[in-house]
Amino acid sequence: MADELPKTPMLDELEKGPWPSFVSEIKMAAKRSPASKDLLGILERSYQEKIGHWKHGGIVGVLGYGGGVIGRYCDVPQDFPNVAHFHTIRVNQPAGWYYKTDALRKICDIWEKRGSGMTNMHGSTGDIILLGTSTDQLEPIFEELTAIGFDLGGSGSDVRTPSCCLGKSRCEWACYDTMAACHDFTKNYQDELHRPAFPYKFKFKFSGCPNDCVASVARADMSIIGTWRDNIRIDQKAVGDYASAGVDVTKEIVNLCPAKCMDWDGKMLKIDNSTCRRCMHCINVMPKALRPGKDTGACILIGSKAPIVEGALLSSVIVPFIKMEPPYQEIRDLVERIWDLWCDEGKNRERIGEFIQRVGLGNFLEMIEVEPAAQMVAHPRENPYVFYEEYFEEGEEEAEN
Amino acid sequence: MAEKVSVAEVAEKMYKMVKEAQGMRKLKAMDLTKNIMEIYGDRVDKQTCKDAIREIIETEKCVYTYFGGSYIELPHKEGAANP
Ligand code: SF4
Ligand code: SF4
Repeated sequence: MADELPKTPMLDELEKGPWPSFVSEIKMAAKRSPASKDLLGILERSYQEKIGHWKHGGIVGVLGYGGGVIGRYCDVPQDFPNVAHFHTIRVNQPAGWYYKTDALRKICDIWEKRGSGMTNMHGSTGDIILLGTSTDQLEPIFEELTAIGFDLGGSGSDVRTPSCCLGKSRCEWACYDTMAACHDFTKNYQDELHRPAFPYKFKFKFSGCPNDCVASVARADMSIIGTWRDNIRIDQKAVGDYASAGVDVTKEIVNLCPAKCMDWDGKMLKIDNSTCRRCMHCINVMPKALRPGKDTGACILIGSKAPIVEGALLSSVIVPFIKMEPPYQEIRDLVERIWDLWCDEGKNRERIGEFIQRVGLGNFLEMIEVEPAAQMVAHPRENPYVFYEEYFEEGEEEAEN
Repeated sequence: MAEKVSVAEVAEKMYKMVKEAQGMRKLKAMDLTKNIMEIYGDRVDKQTCKDAIREIIETEKCVYTYFGGSYIELPHKEGAANP
């Protein structure tokens, strides 16, 4: 069918070296798929001309949904007719990205029949990304995906497909069941996921411990990160074994503790848990000796994002500790209050983090009925947004005005 | 208390708003909800607005579009689309 591949001297450069190459992958797909063959051609042309040839967005989707399909057309369809349409489909991944090979085969069969055959497992959103199809194939693809138990993910101004680390399924450090929470939120917010109703996107990401393997602190509008509120469990004998095996406990652990709350006298490791920041450093270095506490739950943070309309933001703490138990009602109530406020007051394309920057975190907390807490402050005197009203003298404000 | 407005009535009103704005201003779901709540006050709630949006989309009177953010518009052939 597509034996003769176009000449791609510039793209070929990207196949050199020991690392995997997306060009080699496209070439492999191009042997079977005319769309992949034209993709090689248009990409080479873009590299030669230093001009992108894609048009993005518009009206494409499946009936009833406002997300899950990202429209893409090329502006030179006469030269590359097989990528005249090259829409991307986002498919909601299973929690923790667990599949049976059988499920993957079925997805690939659909995609080879109805799309370019190329996938991106997984996109930075967490979804399964199916790259490149035409408008007339969208409804049949949707129908066939739902028949094998998959649904589209989020895109546009909606709840994006929630994602989570694999949590308790494989990781001893998980402080709550991330997969259960992610699955529950995905089911509960189906309407918000498929029918965009917000000023802009809203992402939930669930990490089981502060190692934050899904990088929620940098990428989620709401980060739900496992933590504990009792004491780190210490096996003193195992600490001694690490020291005997050559680990310099003082240099590698105690001195690098950001809270400076550890002490090691060569025999006994002590931790002042009241000032520990639950950063996981010591636990990561001596996993056989130290473990998170037993009274576990999660810390909720809000407002991170990658740079798009404005610059990147990291999340801020809004709930220092909460038990993570179904049906997660307290978190749902909080989410509703945040969404109500953001939908009423947020500007078009304003992420929740940007909204908070505009109104001020102190005002935001008041509007969503959350009391300020010490854990929301990074360093003393660095976060001037919290005002403790009990310290205001009566009449002080009038006097100042 | 004043009688609640039906989903069908809100859907019709929203459809008219989208139609009038077509070609001049793109409306988001939240714009429609805000406008409706301003018109009907406590005779309408957010759930009715959500249901009404679902109705105008599922009956194909309107479609979701994406131009940097998500909007609700009348179905049309857009400039960017290739045949
Ligand atoms: S975030 Fe923590 S619990 Fe989740 S996989 Fe990573 S280390 Fe394990
Ligand atoms: S978790 Fe972090 S802050 Fe707490 S004791 Fe260990 S290194 Fe220090």
